Amino acid sequence: MNDAISMSDAIHYQSRLPGGSHWSMVLKKGLTLRLIDDEGGANVGMLFYNPANLLERYNAPDTLKCQHTFKLTQGNCLYSDMGRVFCSITEDTAGWHDTVCGNATQKIVAQKWGERNYQQYRNDWQLNGYDSFLVEVAKYGMGKRDLAANLNLFSKVAVDAGGALMFDHSPVSAGRFVDLRFEMDTLVVLHTCPHPLNPATEYPRKAVSFQIRASDPVADDDLCRNHCAENQRGFQNTKLYTLGRA
Amino acid sequence: MIKDSALHPDHAVYREVVNAGDYYMRPLLQGQTLRILDLEGNQAADTLFYNAHDTSERYSAIDTIREQGNVYLTAGTVLVSNEGNPMLEIVADTCGRHDTLGGACATESNTVRYALEKRCMHACRDSWLLAVAEHEEFGMSKRDITHNINFFMNVPVTPEGGLTFADGISDAGKYVELAARMDVIVLISNCPQLNNPCNAYHPTPIEVLIWD
Repeated sequence: MNDAISMSDAIHYQSRLPGGSHWSMVLKKGLTLRLIDDEGGANVGMLFYNPANLLERYNAPDTLKCQHTFKLTQGNCLYSDMGRVFCSITEDTAGWHDTVCGNATQKIVAQKWGERNYQQYRNDWQLNGYDSFLVEVAKYGMGKRDLAANLNLFSKVAVDAGGALMFDHSPVSAGRFVDLRFEMDTLVVLHTCPHPLNPATEYPRKAVSFQIRASDPVADDDLCRNHCAENQRGFQNTKLYTLGRA
Repeated sequence: MIKDSALHPDHAVYREVVNAGDYYMRPLLQGQTLRILDLEGNQAADTLFYNAHDTSERYSAIDTIREQGNVYLTAGTVLVSNEGNPMLEIVADTCGRHDTLGGACATESNTVRYALEKRCMHACRDSWLLAVAEHEEFGMSKRDITHNINFFMNVPVTPEGGLTFADGISDAGKYVELAARMDVIVLISNCPQLNNPCNAYHPTPIEVLIWD
């Protein structure tokens, strides 16, 4: 049929998260989440858990060492501590995402941008990433002991020869996006609070749009699965976990 | 930064040799100093720290990296907790650089890094899980196994964003020393890894020394 649209073109749902907010959702295997930096300069803090066993969670060190990378971008897989792939970065127009700098805290936000409480400022209060994660994981019976090194999507932090961190605050264009293709059912916990190293003088309140669609089938020449031999084995582990299921 | 210690092993109040594949789990009191000694060279000591009075407060790799603005640990580094508090400070270091990006080996990550058939080979996370199971008094579980320090491991980051597992810069007799700023529980897995050239496929003992 000439007029048939591919499954992957059909957006099941789309919405927008205001800057400085938080949310969580379970994304099933076979779905792709597109996150869009609407204005340019957004940050998305993100953690993953297996909804069937919350002790299985995103592991940044394993993700980095399995792919011999410090930056995360298209072609990379995001690993659980159980050697499985929660999701693959199938598209990325940003080019570099951080996963080692953690979150701003109440203290960091107050020092950098001042305190703005809810009573006075309502929806323009200045939330921090750490408290945002605490609230979201509590919805699933978890707490601070369950937080791990998180992703900071859209934020680039490079390292110089001496190991010093360099937050890239050069101007970026609006509309940058990253696609996460989920390879297993995943609890996604996220916030849109500023990166802790963002040097902006005003609290950077940057909205993020998201779209959920069905993924294309993983082809034999899939970029992420074939990015390195380690990812092929990660996909094997993930397939073993879902043996016998659709 | 290379910095020697003035402490003499003869004056240590506690000494223990930890074989590769074993764990070490003991309290260290505020004001005490802990030395981890690489007895034969290029060994990895995968280490975690917890507040002895509330283990939900623990060493945080991300907070430590961010607060010092640098990914490498050496003399002068303050190890920061997930609550933003200083836990310990590296007060001497004859190795010069330690890693906290690469995490620990686990049987599951070994399947990804090396081969699925290596799934049953001993790994650091197994040592930690046995440690918390054998020390119920601390009330810990897998939830508490977080991102660790790899003392004596050299994992350089390139300006382009690569991560390399370079040959070790440690050697027989090199050590790192930490002064406790609060009462902590020290949990070390002396790494049993047999698949990684960084220890020449030959894991060896470390020694732990404590001074008052």
